[in-house]
Amino acid sequence: MTTQMFGAPIRRKEDPRLVTGGGKFLDDLGRGALAAAFVRSPHAHAKIVDIDVTDALDVDGLVAIYTHEDLPGRVGEPLPLLIPHPTLTHGRTQHALAKDEVNHVGEPVVMVVARDRYLAEDACARIRVDYEALPPVVGIEAARAADLLVHDDVPGNIAAHMLQEVGDVEAALANAPHVLELDLAIERSACMPMEGKGVYARWDADREELRIYSSTQTSTGVRAAVAAKLGMPLAKVECIAPDVGGGFGVKINHPWPEEVLVPWVAKTLGVEVKWVEDRREHFISSAHERGQLQQVRVGFDDDGRLLGLDVKFWHDNGAYTPYGIIVPIITSTQLLGPYKPGTYRCEFWSLYTNTVLVTPYRGAGRPQGCFAMERTMDAIADELGLDRAEVRSRNFIQPSEMPFDHGLLFQDGRPLKYDSGDFPASLDKLKALVGWDDFAEYRDRARVEGRKVGLGIGCYVEGTGVGPYEGGHIQIETSGRVNVSTGLTSQGQGHETAFAQVVAQELGVPIEDVFVTTGDTRRMPYAVGTFASRAAVMSGNAIALAARNVRAKALRIAADALEVAADDLEIVDGIIRVKGAPDTQMSLGTVSVMSNPLRYAFDEAAKAATQFAGSNDPDKPPVADDDEPGLEGRDFYSPTQATFANGMHAAIVETDPVTAEINILRYCVIHDCGTMINPMIVEGQVHGGVAQGVGGALYERMVYDESGQLLNASFMDFLMPYASEIPHIETDHLETPSPLNPLGIKGAGEAGCIPVSAVIASAISDAEGFAITSMPISPVELWELRQRHASGEISSLRGRAPYPSEPSDPTTTRT
Amino acid sequence: MSEPVAEELLDVTVTVNDVPRHARVPARRLLSDFLRHDLGLTGTHVGCEHGVCGACTVLVDGAPMRACLMFAVSAQAHAVTTIEGLGTIEAMGPVQQAFTECHGLQCGFCTPGFVTTITAFLEDNPEPTQDEAREAISGNLCRCTGYQNIVKSVLRAAEIKAERS
Ligand code: FES
Ligand code: FES
Repeated sequence: MTTQMFGAPIRRKEDPRLVTGGGKFLDDLGRGALAAAFVRSPHAHAKIVDIDVTDALDVDGLVAIYTHEDLPGRVGEPLPLLIPHPTLTHGRTQHALAKDEVNHVGEPVVMVVARDRYLAEDACARIRVDYEALPPVVGIEAARAADLLVHDDVPGNIAAHMLQEVGDVEAALANAPHVLELDLAIERSACMPMEGKGVYARWDADREELRIYSSTQTSTGVRAAVAAKLGMPLAKVECIAPDVGGGFGVKINHPWPEEVLVPWVAKTLGVEVKWVEDRREHFISSAHERGQLQQVRVGFDDDGRLLGLDVKFWHDNGAYTPYGIIVPIITSTQLLGPYKPGTYRCEFWSLYTNTVLVTPYRGAGRPQGCFAMERTMDAIADELGLDRAEVRSRNFIQPSEMPFDHGLLFQDGRPLKYDSGDFPASLDKLKALVGWDDFAEYRDRARVEGRKVGLGIGCYVEGTGVGPYEGGHIQIETSGRVNVSTGLTSQGQGHETAFAQVVAQELGVPIEDVFVTTGDTRRMPYAVGTFASRAAVMSGNAIALAARNVRAKALRIAADALEVAADDLEIVDGIIRVKGAPDTQMSLGTVSVMSNPLRYAFDEAAKAATQFAGSNDPDKPPVADDDEPGLEGRDFYSPTQATFANGMHAAIVETDPVTAEINILRYCVIHDCGTMINPMIVEGQVHGGVAQGVGGALYERMVYDESGQLLNASFMDFLMPYASEIPHIETDHLETPSPLNPLGIKGAGEAGCIPVSAVIASAISDAEGFAITSMPISPVELWELRQRHASGEISSLRGRAPYPSEPSDPTTTRT
Repeated sequence: MSEPVAEELLDVTVTVNDVPRHARVPARRLLSDFLRHDLGLTGTHVGCEHGVCGACTVLVDGAPMRACLMFAVSAQAHAVTTIEGLGTIEAMGPVQQAFTECHGLQCGFCTPGFVTTITAFLEDNPEPTQDEAREAISGNLCRCTGYQNIVKSVLRAAEIKAERS
């Protein structure tokens, strides 16, 4: 191999077109298509009494209006419940257009199709829907109290109730020298990709075929769902994910109502129809995540070692459960992080509320779990007066204990079994990076200056690369161009580059010759999707296996032609040559010609190939029974279980003694995702994840009023961090390769955001001298906590000297 | 029910990327939609349509403007520069090249707005500090990159600009 491609920080192949305006996002397609727009419910909970469309008919450019009654057969039936689970006893999904009742603000009620979006919205504005408002259920506490029900036939608003226990937790707690109880809370947030959802469909009447473009994380999923809904043969439906402007989870749910309705209208009217979500629609009709209330009881010994951990939590799943209970299951299993819990019991209730539905958001339930566990670790350290890092390290699973089986079932229905990781080594690196042992001194100096600073820490383990499978297909053209296809999609993770690196390395070809296609069901109809940090693990390995197949075939054909043993050949820069005698060679392009015995000298490569035409045996067919024409290969990768990446973060935070403003001074990350295909891309993923985590810790929340109106459904009011809010992120890596897959990869997509709320809460607690138990936290909230702390309502942390209540009079220095 | 009344159309001529472009559009047509849908210049993106995210930023007579907050007719007789006017794959502008070198983008949806914003900024401040670079991009939202590599791209773009001049 001449150049090492795998593991190198190669510049991204997708960037030149994206930076020059050449990207093709959903709304960049289908110029001239008709536009769809939706009348959405203004009520959180209501019965639909009447829909009057008369006035809308005056709108010039109007093409059609549909309500639920107009939807035929399966199009009108409830959307599928994608991931059923035995404990999801009361799964409910919405109709593509509401039937009789609406259960959250934003639920689609009427679809309008018009010449352009302006006119479609004009028509929407003229449609009158009469509702009989019903009292809504808003927030977890109201759902839990169940004085009102979201769905009449779901008692207690409980969609699912699940319990897993390993060992006898009650006995362990009864015998533990120390027991602590914590009440914790995390609020709702949302993925908020810069590009919202969108779908564009074309009906080809001549071929009776439907082509769908969707801004989705799973084009195979959308294709299958739409084919089923429209009663079409799968072979007549194709789905393409074009450039997608971020996903972070919200685009994995499928089909969205619009993904059914827009293709259905396109087919029904025989036209092209497009719907592009606007920002308000995204807020009120896509999906949110994160809302949980948690109760932790923990028993531990005098050294801070866990003996028993009993966690109960209540998860807000919104009005419907199309994506099942993946999020709370992940919380319940992944909160264990790098620790051995002694004994463990986790019980959760997934509850309906009259708010936007909940599907995974980057981290998918893990930030909540990490928050519970890491707040618990800090509480133990505080109770015993021990160093917080020390308590963590005493509970670590040791490298010698890998693989480590927790005795629980993970989200994929497989055992929760960690494959690899070296937690003590990660902690050492983190402590060195942030200067853990020198911090006390720094804090003392800051205190003298009248400044409040705190150090926080958070550790996590992330189940990544869940199955069931992904595939890779590779085809080498006679020009030497290598076409690679995998079915999962890309939303900016750099798959074109990372997968090209894998192929360049495996085949020995220049990366410039490798062209990767993702998320196009015409090119790879078998695929699952991009979520759960699985792309590099699943498709990376599938593509590597496919490349190995192609390589073996190329060497076999070349060995025949060159009359040498295949083992004596190597591939360098796209040329197959005899090791030690590089003059005996042929290009992969030539082999490609030979693999397809057409024998027309239509170009130079084909002409060149004819010189090797001598060895044909006239008694055998040109293509052998067990062979296929063409220099191509396909393979699938399907693992027995998930891989487990891990990491540890630390932050130094300063809180203003007067205003309670919260400032992150330093943010440090140690990250272990196994072998890295492209460290530059991995680092970028970490940066982006941390930034989303900081948003979740300090700014982002969904503010619902008691009537179920989302009060901050715009970028003006929902605060996402700008560059001014995100600290410089310092990173270091540890590579413990996964033994589970040929490339040793774990996943990197979500890691960055998992521990951030826990880390910031830890740092603020450290700065303030009292525990932070609810995130996100704003300066106002911190200021109020200070008042309650000063009045004795909130107790001080015991282990460390609390911050003096009267700092060296900062007001005088400030005025 | 009355006869549908068609919306009145206005003639608008705007110089876009140095080429005079003309269309008949309703008065309420946003500049962002005019560029994207009437002229087919889809490089300018729309992330919020309420002036907060900056994805739709274009240069109007050299100054960064939110194309979602301007009507097409307001751009009459002005010179608009979109991302397509700042370089091509073969001949990238300094900011574009810097983004590819520094991994300044992931999904690329916010990128055109950053590139136009930074291009204008570097005209005013050709040698920014790191803090000034961060400040300069603090009006644009990116959900993917965490901004660190965009800051880096600003500084690198300044270097490339200096090298080229
Ligand atoms: S689309 Fe114009 S600022 Fe967001
Ligand atoms: S690169 Fe995706 S929003 Fe900025």
